[in-house]
Amino acid sequence: MNASLILDRRRVLAGGGALIVSFSLTSAFAQDQAPAAMPPPKPPGSLAATAYLDSWIRIDADGSITVFTGKAELGQGFRTAFQQIAAEELDLPFESLKVITADTKLTPNEGYTAGSRSMQDSGTAIKNAAAQVRELLVAEAAKRLDLPAENLRTENGAVISPDGRRLSYGELVAADMLHVQAQPKSRLKDPATLKVMGQPVRRVDIPAKVTGGAAYVQDMRLPGMVHARVVRPPSYGAQLTECDSSAVEKLAGVVKVVRDGSFLAVVAEKEFQSIKAMNALSSAAKWKESANLPNQDDLLNVLTHLPSQDSTVFQRSDPSVSWGESIEATYTRPYQLHGSIGPSCAVAQLADDAMTVWTHTQGVYPDRQAIAEMLRMPPASVRLIHVEGSGCYGHNGADDAAADAALIARALPGRPVRVQWMREQEHAWEPFGPAMVTKLKASLDSNGKIADWHFDVWSNTHSMRPGGAGSMLAAQHMAQPFAVPAPRPLPLPEGGGDRNAIPIYTFPNAQVVHHFIPAMPLRISALRALGAYHNVFSIESFMDELAGLADVDPVEFRLKHLEDQRGRAVIEKAALGFGWKSGQKAPQDRGFGFAFARYKNLAAYCAVASEVEVNRETGRPRLVRAVAAVDSGQVVNPDGLINQIEGAIVQSMSWTLYESVTFDDTRITSIDWQTYPILRFNAVPDSIEVHIIDRPGQPFLGSGETGQGPAAASIANAIANATGKRLRNLPLTRKRIKEAIDA
Amino acid sequence: MMTLKVNGREHQVDADPDTPLLYVLRDDIKLNAAKFGCGLGQCGSCAVIVDGTAVLSCVTPMILLEGKQVTTLEGLGSVSEPAPIQRAFIEEQAAQCGYCIPGMMMRAQALLLKNSKPTDAEIRAALEQHLCRCGTHMRILRAVRRAARLMETADAAATTNRSAQ
Repeated sequence: MNASLILDRRRVLAGGGALIVSFSLTSAFAQDQAPAAMPPPKPPGSLAATAYLDSWIRIDADGSITVFTGKAELGQGFRTAFQQIAAEELDLPFESLKVITADTKLTPNEGYTAGSRSMQDSGTAIKNAAAQVRELLVAEAAKRLDLPAENLRTENGAVISPDGRRLSYGELVAADMLHVQAQPKSRLKDPATLKVMGQPVRRVDIPAKVTGGAAYVQDMRLPGMVHARVVRPPSYGAQLTECDSSAVEKLAGVVKVVRDGSFLAVVAEKEFQSIKAMNALSSAAKWKESANLPNQDDLLNVLTHLPSQDSTVFQRSDPSVSWGESIEATYTRPYQLHGSIGPSCAVAQLADDAMTVWTHTQGVYPDRQAIAEMLRMPPASVRLIHVEGSGCYGHNGADDAAADAALIARALPGRPVRVQWMREQEHAWEPFGPAMVTKLKASLDSNGKIADWHFDVWSNTHSMRPGGAGSMLAAQHMAQPFAVPAPRPLPLPEGGGDRNAIPIYTFPNAQVVHHFIPAMPLRISALRALGAYHNVFSIESFMDELAGLADVDPVEFRLKHLEDQRGRAVIEKAALGFGWKSGQKAPQDRGFGFAFARYKNLAAYCAVASEVEVNRETGRPRLVRAVAAVDSGQVVNPDGLINQIEGAIVQSMSWTLYESVTFDDTRITSIDWQTYPILRFNAVPDSIEVHIIDRPGQPFLGSGETGQGPAAASIANAIANATGKRLRNLPLTRKRIKEAIDA
Repeated sequence: MMTLKVNGREHQVDADPDTPLLYVLRDDIKLNAAKFGCGLGQCGSCAVIVDGTAVLSCVTPMILLEGKQVTTLEGLGSVSEPAPIQRAFIEEQAAQCGYCIPGMMMRAQALLLKNSKPTDAEIRAALEQHLCRCGTHMRILRAVRRAARLMETADAAATTNRSAQ
């Protein structure tokens, strides 16, 4: 790019921002230009919505450099990955950068941190913004040194001339210099020359977390802070009919009892005082409950008989293909928990008519909108600051706790209020991952290939995130309540209940129908991978059933139906790493399983091979080892990626083997770790191997959720291989396996 | 008012005797490492060491700790001077969200104080009470094994230093 042109642009900008776009076309990128009549191309990732470079990168005169992201660190490690990306494109030492995450006062609005989109949205924006900032700095140096920009290089936070003159970024940056809109294309580093990206850089947040540093919203202590506890209703829709709080108000340390309709909370000076007061207040409260919950043992019929909005989301037909007898199978998934180890927490403070909320929400901007609506305050008077919480894996109690804190803090102006949910509150009130049903039917042609495929999925939506105030419990329970917003199916290509419902394999005849169920008997929202967990479990289990029918090895059978070359490479890599062989036989009482998916059919590819041992006497399954392969495009931090895939496999194993929310006709009954058991160390595998296929120069593909579905199906297939029995209802418990063996 | 000895220092604590140690550590002494996870003794997030043994601080009333030595993760080392168990968890990058990790580390530390060369089965058995939701288990096991090696090296170095003196 020609330096003088860049400087021209800056002068143009000084005169009027509207002229920016006309300059987006430079000779270097001529091949990418759209025809004149087309709208100008947008810059990539979240730059499309937040185009000013200084929204992403700030360079102060003292040379300190800050990167801003609207995404929230949830324990995935992308704070570190973003720092690597910016350091790489800016030619800066990794340690010299600071990353500021989601804060409605400071950072871009990037909506939710969800859908494995952080690297794709924010990582891409930071990468391009950093590259363009570097070019601006080089152009400024070229002007000052009176040298062509192409003669200059950047190193260690400075622009350097061939004769060794050095201008630091801090010296070069001038007011508003970075307040320019991003171009559609950036001059990115040659992937072959990368120094910081692609390295297993250690996470910046781990040292504090392993030494007792203040790392979580739970660890916040503001001056004058008080401790609040909410007394939640005993069941959905219960109304508070009576509550004499006079005795509670006299308890040691109690500052205030807050009641607004059926919203009930107590505030005390010290934390354990607030817990004692909560227990006393809970005893004083009388509730009117109603028995509205469905039969938890019959979710198949419950879901398929609720009114649904049906849409055919995929259809393909080839009348020239004929087929024989078809097989059918029905798979079910129960309601399942996010189950954060640390229950939700938030701190809020009302000061000078402005509300500040420190929260582990996944979306500071949408949550601000919802809290402002609930408090009837202008959004500009509400600030949400993300502070890490315990891992959430989707929409857990975070937003509700933020609303609780805001509502209580409004009643105590000036004092910071910390609300900590109790274990049983998180278990009973978090929005669960929705129950689902899938019905599959397929036929083989005379060559043993799938000729005809039918896939029907019944599901609620997979996101009830705020939204409006009505998404949050506090607003639902107020005397003047906000109605729960009408649920909507999430649109494809990403989808919700139909996420990954469309097969990635090529079948000549195929139909996929999404039965969207608006009624939500239980409170639900987004759980890691959304519908993909169950849809991939179903498709990949059924692929094994069909491979058996065709008498073809399961890996070979998948490859016969898959054209996507990157998908094939991932399957082959996992099979090779596992030592998968056609005609193999697992040791006694063990089974081998395989499964594959590309998350959302547009994000990272993942294949998982597993070996499972089944105790035939008790039915108890144990994942012995798993080998995964993943392609998530260009890799920024290979160890971070491996950590995500290992975690996905282990977490999915826990969902798949143990977990279901339980309830009677009125109340949720799985309210702690005894009534909702999850994986413990005695069932942790002997080994998990993750093989990465790096794709230098390719776009980042979200990978945080890509492992959930393949891990589930791989384990189910291994259990079928070990026992000769196919289990189609999640979770694949010891009891169900034992019953299948004995049947 | 009660005197509580935490990380080698005496603290005067003004709290009801039935207050669980967890709240004394977090609220009165302003320490972060012991975490609230369940308050029911089911998850292990709150584990600390009392007189060499790992205990669940969320179900241990303060009154039981008179005259005893309480050690939290803060008492083992710091970012600038990490203890072997802390080094091991950093070197293995054994955390995702990290919320359960301090409790895991205290349990592992207590194990390694009694058994410097635990088998894999002994490590798993020790951690059985502890839950991790991110699925970091493989790394946690590796970190505990690494900590055992680091502590052995540190012991050997200390012995060498003593004999040299």
